[in-house]
Amino acid sequence: MKNLIDHKLFVKENKMVEFSADTLKRIGDIILHYPGDKKKSALLPVLHIAQQELGGYLSVDIMDYVASLLEIQPIEVYEVATFYSMFHLEPVGKYVIEVCQTGPCALCGGEHILDHLKKVLGITTGKTTTDKMFTLKTVECLGACGTAPVMQINTEFYESMTTEKIDRIIEDLKNKGNQKPSETRWAELF
Amino acid sequence: MGRVILTDKIGIPGIRDFAVYRAHGGYSNAEKVLKEMTPADVSREVTKSGLRGRGGAGFPTGLKWSFLDRKTGKSRYLVCNADESEPGTFKDRYLMEHLPHLLIEGLIISSFALGVKTCYIYVRGEFRYIIGILKQAIDEAYRQKFLGENILGTGFSLDIFLHPGGGAYICGEETAMLESLEGKRGNPRIKPPFPAYKGLYNYPTVVNNVETLAAVVPIIGMGADAYARTGVGKSTGTKLISACGNINNPGVYEIELGLPVEDFIFSEEYCGGIKYGKRLKAVVPGGSSVPVLPAELILHTLKGEQRLMTYESLAEGGFDSGTMLGSGGFIVYDEDACMVRNTWNFTRFYRHESCGQCSPCREGTAWMEPVLRRIEQGDGKYSDIDLLVSIADKIEGNTICPFGDAAAWPVSSAIRHFRHEFEFHVEHPEIVKNMHHGSLIQYR
Repeated sequence: MKNLIDHKLFVKENKMVEFSADTLKRIGDIILHYPGDKKKSALLPVLHIAQQELGGYLSVDIMDYVASLLEIQPIEVYEVATFYSMFHLEPVGKYVIEVCQTGPCALCGGEHILDHLKKVLGITTGKTTTDKMFTLKTVECLGACGTAPVMQINTEFYESMTTEKIDRIIEDLKNKGNQKPSETRWAELF
Repeated sequence: MGRVILTDKIGIPGIRDFAVYRAHGGYSNAEKVLKEMTPADVSREVTKSGLRGRGGAGFPTGLKWSFLDRKTGKSRYLVCNADESEPGTFKDRYLMEHLPHLLIEGLIISSFALGVKTCYIYVRGEFRYIIGILKQAIDEAYRQKFLGENILGTGFSLDIFLHPGGGAYICGEETAMLESLEGKRGNPRIKPPFPAYKGLYNYPTVVNNVETLAAVVPIIGMGADAYARTGVGKSTGTKLISACGNINNPGVYEIELGLPVEDFIFSEEYCGGIKYGKRLKAVVPGGSSVPVLPAELILHTLKGEQRLMTYESLAEGGFDSGTMLGSGGFIVYDEDACMVRNTWNFTRFYRHESCGQCSPCREGTAWMEPVLRRIEQGDGKYSDIDLLVSIADKIEGNTICPFGDAAAWPVSSAIRHFRHEFEFHVEHPEIVKNMHHGSLIQYR
C-alpha cells in the first residue's frame, strides 16, 4: 500500500526538529488548559506554534514530532493538518500573502487586488517567488468585510487595500531583505 | 438615534484596560450576580429578556440554557463561539477588539448561571491579534480576582481559556467546534444527542455566540423587563449589524431591533446610502447563507408593509419573498453588481468549506460551482439554471448540519429573484465574455 508521503501530499525532510526550551515550557502550559487525558485538544494551538517557529510549513518530520509531544498517533496530526486551511503542507516564502476572494471583498475590488499582486510578484496563486520571499494565496472570508478588500501577510491584517498600497507594502518588504519578519508569537498567546 | 445598550462604552479612551472598564461601571453586573443572585435568578432573567442567539440561528438563549443537563452532577462547559466566518459578518471581531472585558463579564455571569467552571473561547485562527487582545484582558481579570479560584470571595471559581481555530468555516457549527476543540477535524456530529447532554468531551455543554454572551451583561444591568421592552415583539433588545458592500458607510452598527430596513440602508447614521449615487439592487441581510432579496422586497414585504430589522419581519413571506436576519452580516449590492457572479462566488466558498462528510453537500456544492462558473463565463445552457435549482433542492434538508441549507439557499434564492440575469448570461455569451473581466462590479 502506498503511504501518504508517496502521494506527495506531504514533504518529508528527514530532519531533527525541536522546539526551544521556552516554547516547550509554553506548550506544557497550554496542555494544562485541557483535562489531563485530553492532551490532543492542544493540537491546533501547537500546530500554529510549530508552523511559525519551525520553518513556516508543516513537514512530516514536524507533524510526527507534534504527535510525540501530545502522545497521539501521527495520522491524527496529518488528518487535522490537511483539514484546516491555515496550515501549509509545503515550503512557503518568508511572507505569505493571502488575499480574500469571497463576495463582499469581490464587490469592493478584491479580484483587482489579486490580479495586481500576481503582476507585481510575477507569480500565480499558490506559488512562491524564486527568491523565496513571497507566497501568494487566496483565502475565503477573513471577517473584515467592512474594510474590504482585505488580505493578510503572515496572518497580519491589511485592510481597505488599493493597488498603490500594495506597491508600497511589497516595496517595503523587499527592502527589509533578510530581516526576520516581526510578528506576534503564537506561543505567547495562550 | 437608536438605543445603544451593548456597545455604549465603545468610544471611551482606553476601555480595553480593566481599570478604565471598571471605572465606567464594568464588572458591576458580574459582582451583583455573584453576590446577590442565584444561578436560577440569572437564567430566569435571560429567559425573560427574550434574548435570542446572535450567531445566526436566533434560538432563544434562555431555552438553550434550560436544556443543559444539570441533574447528573457532571462537570459542564461553556464554549464561546468566536469563530466568526460567515461572509459579510464582522461584528464579533469589533466587539472583541473594542470591549474584551464586556465579553469576559458576560462569560462570568453566564458561567455562574450554568454552573460552569471552565469556559473556552474558540476564536478563528485568522484573528490572531484578537486572541492577543483577549489574552491581555483575561490576564488582567485574573489579576483583579474576577477569574480564577473563589472570585471576589463568593466561592465561585471560573477559568477561561483561549483556543484558536485553524481556518475552517464549518467550525462555527457548534458540534464541529466541539470536535475542533478536541483536536480533531471539524466534522459536525449527528444530533441528538445535543451538546446540552453530550458536548465537549461528552460532558454537558452550552455553545453561545460572542454577542449573545456579551448581551447578558446589559440584561442584568437594566433588568430583563426593560431589555424585553426594547425591540419589537419577539425580537427583543439590540443587534449588532455589520454592513458592507456598495454602501457609503460600511461598518458595525448597534441597532434597536425594529428599525426599518430602508432607514438602515439610507440614513446617514447607518449605511449612508448606496455608493456613487447608484441604485440599490439587492441585499443579503444576514450573512452569505441567507436568501438574497431584490431591492423592492428588502424594503417592503410582498404585502406592501415596511420591512423591519427583526427576525420576524425579514422572514415575512417565507423563502418565496422573505429572508432571514441571520448573523447580521448585511451585504448591499448596487445596480451594477452581477448576481450570477456573486452566486458563483458564494458557491465556490461553500464548495471550499464543505467538511465533506455528507454526500449531498460535498458532491452538491462541487457540482453547482462549475455549473455556475460556466454560466457566469458565458458557456451555460438554459437547462443549467433548472439543474442548479434541482441540486440545491436535493442538498437542502439532507445533511446532518445546517451547512447544506446554507449552501443551497444562496443559489435557489438568486435564481428565484434574478432568473433573468442567469438567462441573460445564457442568451448573450458574447456580451458576458467581454464584460466580466475579473470583477463583480462590471455588470452593466
